[in-house]
Amino acid sequence: MTTTGRNHDKPLLEVRNLHVAAGGVEILKGLDLTVNLGEVHAIMGPNGSGKSTLTNALAGKPEYVVTEGDVTYEGRNLLAMAPDKRALEGIFLAFQYPVELPGVREREFVKTALDAIRAHRGLEKLSVREFNKLFQEKITEMEMDADLVKRSVNVGFSGGEKKRNEILQLAMLEPKLALLDETDSGLDIDALKIVAKGVNKLRSPSRAIVIVTHYQRILNYITPDYVHVLLGGRIVRSAGRELALELEAKGYEWIKEAVESGKEISV
Amino acid sequence: MAQALATSDSYVTDFQALEGSLPDRGPEWLRDIRRQALTRFRELGFPTARRGNEKWKYTNVGPIADAAFSYPSDAGAELDLADIRRIVPWDDGWASIVFVNGRYSPALSSAAAPDAARVTSLAEAVRADGDIIESHLARHATFEDDGFTALNTAFLRDGAFVHVPEGVSFQSPLHLIFVTTDDTQPTVSYPRTLIVAGANSELTVIESYVSLTSARYFTDAVTEIVVGEGARVEHYKLLLESEEAFHVASSRVYQGPDSTFFSTLFARGAAIARNDIQVLLDAPGSSCFLNGLYVTTGSQHIDSYINIDHAKPHTTSRLYYRGILDGESRAVFGGTVFVRPGADKADAHQEDKNLILSENAQVASKPSLEIYADDVKCGHGATAGMIAEDAVFYMRSRGLDMETATAFLIRGFARGILDSIRVDRLRSFSERLTSRALRGSRFGLAS
Ligand SMILES: Nc1ncnc2c1ncn2[C@@H]1O[C@H](COP(=O)(O)OP(=O)(O)O)[C@@H](O)[C@H]1O
Ligand SMILES: [Mg+2]
Repeated sequence: MTTTGRNHDKPLLEVRNLHVAAGGVEILKGLDLTVNLGEVHAIMGPNGSGKSTLTNALAGKPEYVVTEGDVTYEGRNLLAMAPDKRALEGIFLAFQYPVELPGVREREFVKTALDAIRAHRGLEKLSVREFNKLFQEKITEMEMDADLVKRSVNVGFSGGEKKRNEILQLAMLEPKLALLDETDSGLDIDALKIVAKGVNKLRSPSRAIVIVTHYQRILNYITPDYVHVLLGGRIVRSAGRELALELEAKGYEWIKEAVESGKEISV
Repeated sequence: MAQALATSDSYVTDFQALEGSLPDRGPEWLRDIRRQALTRFRELGFPTARRGNEKWKYTNVGPIADAAFSYPSDAGAELDLADIRRIVPWDDGWASIVFVNGRYSPALSSAAAPDAARVTSLAEAVRADGDIIESHLARHATFEDDGFTALNTAFLRDGAFVHVPEGVSFQSPLHLIFVTTDDTQPTVSYPRTLIVAGANSELTVIESYVSLTSARYFTDAVTEIVVGEGARVEHYKLLLESEEAFHVASSRVYQGPDSTFFSTLFARGAAIARNDIQVLLDAPGSSCFLNGLYVTTGSQHIDSYINIDHAKPHTTSRLYYRGILDGESRAVFGGTVFVRPGADKADAHQEDKNLILSENAQVASKPSLEIYADDVKCGHGATAGMIAEDAVFYMRSRGLDMETATAFLIRGFARGILDSIRVDRLRSFSERLTSRALRGSRFGLAS
């Protein structure tokens, strides 16, 4: 690998005029988004607005077909990279619906993933002992059961456990760009606080976090630098933290109407 | 069909030659059984996959009937124990009894028979343990309606005999190894096993069918297992015949009151394999747990035909089979869980799941239930599906490449069965073979 300074002044992620279709239907219709290292972005939108489509397209899920537009990641064409390559390059998606992997044990899975990512970064594998110690620390931080490591990934996990498991994997794999798709939905307040604590710990000048959410509740615990509203397949408004509170107070209808009538909204 | 007749004639010729050559033809009752079995085989011949023959609907044994196999001469191949140790799971602590081309090999079998348990060749047992043999041998595996069992019984001469007396607990596995080696012409062997677990005894036994040849041959095996009152038998079968071989096996299990029969099959080998298992839960409190994993590639064909007979009330059965199919292979799963009138409180579940890795592989899975009692708990199911793409994507999103991700998922699927193997060495051996079998597979994935 060349030096990290190569793309120093370039944004980490640059999405330009992104159009994405799935099942023959266009879902994203010209989306723009710029994310720099060190930033936390929140993308808000009602159900069905295309939030998961965006995160899935960025992670490279095959059924989401990019029909137009560009995405550059560290100055390179992200869309040309296979999903595993994107992960190796530092992109992590915390799934809205984490997938069950029957018979695949959590520890083996995470160890294999971490080995691959470290190898790609030119780092040595952690020894089993080092790995176990690190993993145990993170499990404790996420207040999860110690026997998790022996269980099949996400099999028999409660909804909350699945979401916490996503953040656990995120903490283990230390990506540069973390995409969190509705990690807050279905969590009770205690679990939400644990997840938020885990995410806040990962805030760093060398990492960017994109939180996708329907509700602004999680933003009470993770303060974003920017808030975007996704509607009709495009980002229709971008502003600071206060936009989330306004959305919370006035609902999505307010912004929908405003967008349709072409009014400027001051926030 | 003239050809089929000609073939079965060759078995008759072999039989007559054998009868004439045996120095000690054994007791009269056994000679009678053999002769009756031969007569029955001549009447039945080999089954055909014609319509109406539900037992053999999806498996064509024409290639077996059409080929000429001869009963190998007594001068068995010279084998080294090291050759055998390479191809089976091995532990010096296990008592093993080795058969080469169907013949007992005292030289290759371990001398140390475990304390109190009796492990010997069937021929020796017929001489020394007459009564117990006479009351069980060929009583559970009847040949009236089964040509393959009839043929095996006609050639009943040797085999394995395991007897654990009442109250004896024997934990270290006994290993019965049936190995086929090269011969000048295609051979047939007739492995025969009788296992009798006395009341309140415990036993772990492994039957391994392996080969040191890539040639075509035919194994026609029959196993009878008697699980006495309160006894617990843990039984494993490793099916690792050559890619060209034919393997047809019938296992008959008889269970007494409060007995437990636990069995796991790992099947990898043979061009055509048929495992016909029948468990008779003949007393209250008896339960059986049957697990199986078959991994097929190329043009292999495997047929699991499993019948469980809940003959008495308060009986339990669990059947979990899984298949991993690649290439153009075929798997058949059939048989019935049968709950007889009056067998109330029967509790049965059977399930066959298949993971299909290639568009050209096929599964015909038809588990069935026949229930003639009122107060029962029964369920069954069969599935066949390809690798879950969502799971592959999830794993790739964590940095695993496609091959690693699919291999994890396949191993995970296999684990559902392999984890039921309690003998560590056997489990890791089966895991390795599963991984090796699928190396180089495209897993039916496009890119
Ligand atoms: N794989 C798919 N195939 C077809 N339609 C899809 C697919 N994924 C999402 N959609 C549709 O696209 C729209 C946006 O979905 P999604 O991105 O999941 O929204 P959100 O995450 O904001 O709730 C919905 O109408 C949904 O039904
Ligand atoms: Mg969504």
